[in-house]
Amino acid sequence: MSETALELRSIRKSFGEVEAVRGIDLEVMNGEVCALLGPSGCGKTTTLRLIAGLERPDAGTISVAGRRVDGDGAHLAPEKRRIGMVFQDYALFPHLDVAANAGYGLGRNPDPTRVAEVLELVGLGGEGARPVHDLSGGQQQRVALARALAPTPDLVLLDEPFSNLDASLRERLRGEVREILARSGVPALFVTHDQEEALSLADRVAVMRDGALAQIGTPEEVYGQPADRWVADFLGDTDVLPATANDGFVECELGRLGVDPGFRGPAEVVIRPESIAIGAGPSPIGLSKSEGVVVERTFYGHDQLVRVELDSGVSVHSRRLGFPAWHPGDRVKVWIDGPVNVLPRAG
Amino acid sequence: MSAAAPGRRPPAALLVAAAAVAVLAALPAVYLAVVVGDDLAAAVDSVWNSRSAELIVRSVGLAAAVTATGIAIAVPIAWLTTRTDLPGARVWATLATLPLVIPSYIGAYLFVSALGPSGALQDLLEPLGVDRLPSIYGFGGAWLVLTLFSYPVILLTVRASLRRLDPQLEEAARAMGRTPLQAFRSVVLPQLRPAMAAGGLLVALYVLSDFGAVSIMRFNSFTREIYITFTAGFDRTGAAALAVLLVAVTVAVLVLYSRARSRLRLHRASPGTARPARPVPLGRWRWPALGFCAAIVLVALVLPVGVLVYWAIQGIGDDAGIGGLAVNAGHSLAAGGLTALIAALLAIVVAVLVVRYPGRISRGLERVSYTGYALPGIVVALALVFFGIRVAPPLYQSFAMLVVALTAHFLPLAIGAIGAALLQISPRVEEAARGLGRGPLGVFRTITAPLALGGIAAGAALVFLNAVKELPATLILAPIGFETLATDIWRQTTTGFFEAGAVPALVLLCVAAPPLYLLTGRSSPA
Repeated sequence: MSETALELRSIRKSFGEVEAVRGIDLEVMNGEVCALLGPSGCGKTTTLRLIAGLERPDAGTISVAGRRVDGDGAHLAPEKRRIGMVFQDYALFPHLDVAANAGYGLGRNPDPTRVAEVLELVGLGGEGARPVHDLSGGQQQRVALARALAPTPDLVLLDEPFSNLDASLRERLRGEVREILARSGVPALFVTHDQEEALSLADRVAVMRDGALAQIGTPEEVYGQPADRWVADFLGDTDVLPATANDGFVECELGRLGVDPGFRGPAEVVIRPESIAIGAGPSPIGLSKSEGVVVERTFYGHDQLVRVELDSGVSVHSRRLGFPAWHPGDRVKVWIDGPVNVLPRAG
Repeated sequence: MSAAAPGRRPPAALLVAAAAVAVLAALPAVYLAVVVGDDLAAAVDSVWNSRSAELIVRSVGLAAAVTATGIAIAVPIAWLTTRTDLPGARVWATLATLPLVIPSYIGAYLFVSALGPSGALQDLLEPLGVDRLPSIYGFGGAWLVLTLFSYPVILLTVRASLRRLDPQLEEAARAMGRTPLQAFRSVVLPQLRPAMAAGGLLVALYVLSDFGAVSIMRFNSFTREIYITFTAGFDRTGAAALAVLLVAVTVAVLVLYSRARSRLRLHRASPGTARPARPVPLGRWRWPALGFCAAIVLVALVLPVGVLVYWAIQGIGDDAGIGGLAVNAGHSLAAGGLTALIAALLAIVVAVLVVRYPGRISRGLERVSYTGYALPGIVVALALVFFGIRVAPPLYQSFAMLVVALTAHFLPLAIGAIGAALLQISPRVEEAARGLGRGPLGVFRTITAPLALGGIAAGAALVFLNAVKELPATLILAPIGFETLATDIWRQTTTGFFEAGAVPALVLLCVAAPPLYLLTGRSSPA
């Protein structure tokens, strides 16, 4: 069996004048859960529908488990692709019960043991006779997942799988879905606009913007070493400080940082709030170069976000644990305490 | 986000099938054009006069008047029977829908025999010195009869729309201090406009094409003029030219409708309206509301049926032809049933194309599919007579030709009902089924068809009802000696034996009752 569950090469798709997908290359490996993350309208759902065969690409090739399904004039019908899909609104068949929904992909006379097995897998064992409109949102989603997994597809696609659920349920289901996918062993690609969802659920994240991929990497990579300012901003809060790179160092408001010696010229230092520390006493081993005043603080329970205006007038954010509490007006020392990212400055 | 894919191309097989359906539906119109085109100069000559202008004014005026009064009757009854605590709402809804089964020609004759000169009412009033009632003939009579027997079409569409509407909108308006009536006017009524427009369109087209009522009421509309021109003068070109003019009027109505519809933009009700609406208490308005419903049911149902039963009792003694009656009823069932089946199957093709692949091509094909309905039955029949004589002599005056004519004529009724049902099925559900290994036909069989079953049944039932009632096309196209209930009634009444026509009329109403029950009683899809 091929190592690659899915391979996209230079996929393009336009709707009339609108170019929804402009040249995407992406691979999903066997046993992997991959996220396609991007803001609304970036073309990620279109990409998913292209893979499922519900739309036909204008150019490029798509291969599933080593089989070419699109490209070179060929277009394999959705029903022949062996791809399971979980829709945003689940798209359950309202006239069929749970078991008939789950067994729909198994042919005219679905094997009852396989149906029972997938229902067991998603935690709905013994619920097969219930009508689907009786189920809660979370249960409906698990039926949709069972239905997609029952024919043991080569790949499962999930379109915004948690967007129809309320916040508390969403978090719990994320864990469950991850476990179900891992146990089924079916590789998955899911689409989301929620960076937290992508980072917590996926082995690899593909960040999409305006129909193209901005970065592909592990969750740690795309969060910690974003390819550009846009990816950095999209994946979380950032402060950006201007700097200049020289002889293996950059000098910025918060101090001197080491960089690749080949990197010279105007740069910007991109810092996540959790990498900025603040303190009232002396900073550890004299790291702090800057001081400032707390101007705003938002308390979240487990943590707090503190905005400090440096003496130079520049504002930075620091995410700290919930205690001790900081208050506007507090005078603090500010230093870097964690990974930062230095990017070349445009212009 | 969700790519509804406006530019999606339909599968070739579907497109070809829909085009074939459109060709069938357009056959009468095309052949009409062929007949006119044969002698264009004479045709233009025969309609280029003030008589034609008068005809247009008369026919359009009648259609507008009937549609307006139909809406004025249907919308209040629809609201009263779905959203209020009107006593016996369900029964009133059924009773108010029943006049639909009374063919306009039977209704017109019943009114003439009751209210006309030397009719039942005048006989009653004679001793009081009333020797002359205001004439029932003309515009007023046609308006009255066509309104009473066509408003149920609007009632059906508006009621269906009201039941799909989210009651929370009304409750929200009430919570903001609106009275029930204000809430209805400001929130409900605007959302009912698509249903009113759809029902109104059907009524307007029906009036333009009606032949039975206007000829009995002696109101010179297009159809009557065409009939007289054809039968009295054997003037084929003249009749065909008038028919073409009528088609132009109908097309204008359709264009107006589609403009209005795109402006009204169907508001999709939230899919799972979980809670049924709490009925609006009528309070002191209960009695006027009941009175309104009762008055309509009395005039449109009780009075005609009473007169019919009276005539039937008179006629039972004379008529011993029960065997003939059974044969005729069998003919009606065969023609109506086969037409309903074929029309439903063909309508599915067009409805799937229109709903799932919106675009210029599918819109065009949909409009073409409506041409058969836009033509009056008598014109469809005449066009197919010409077609039969010239192109397909074996089909001329055959049962097959009759079914083709009725199918081409009533197809849009099924397209509308099935299209509405398809609109309520999310395309995602079908796509999910595709992804699970079923081909397009498998998905249709296992998912789309079961979910749209209510709409498909409603479409077939509507076609059956209309095909069984249809008169002029059946008169002209049925094989020699092939009598249906409708043609039997017509022959008996036109030859003055009204008592003899009353029994088959009652049987016809009984045949039409089951599909009507299906239409009004069917529960909303799961």
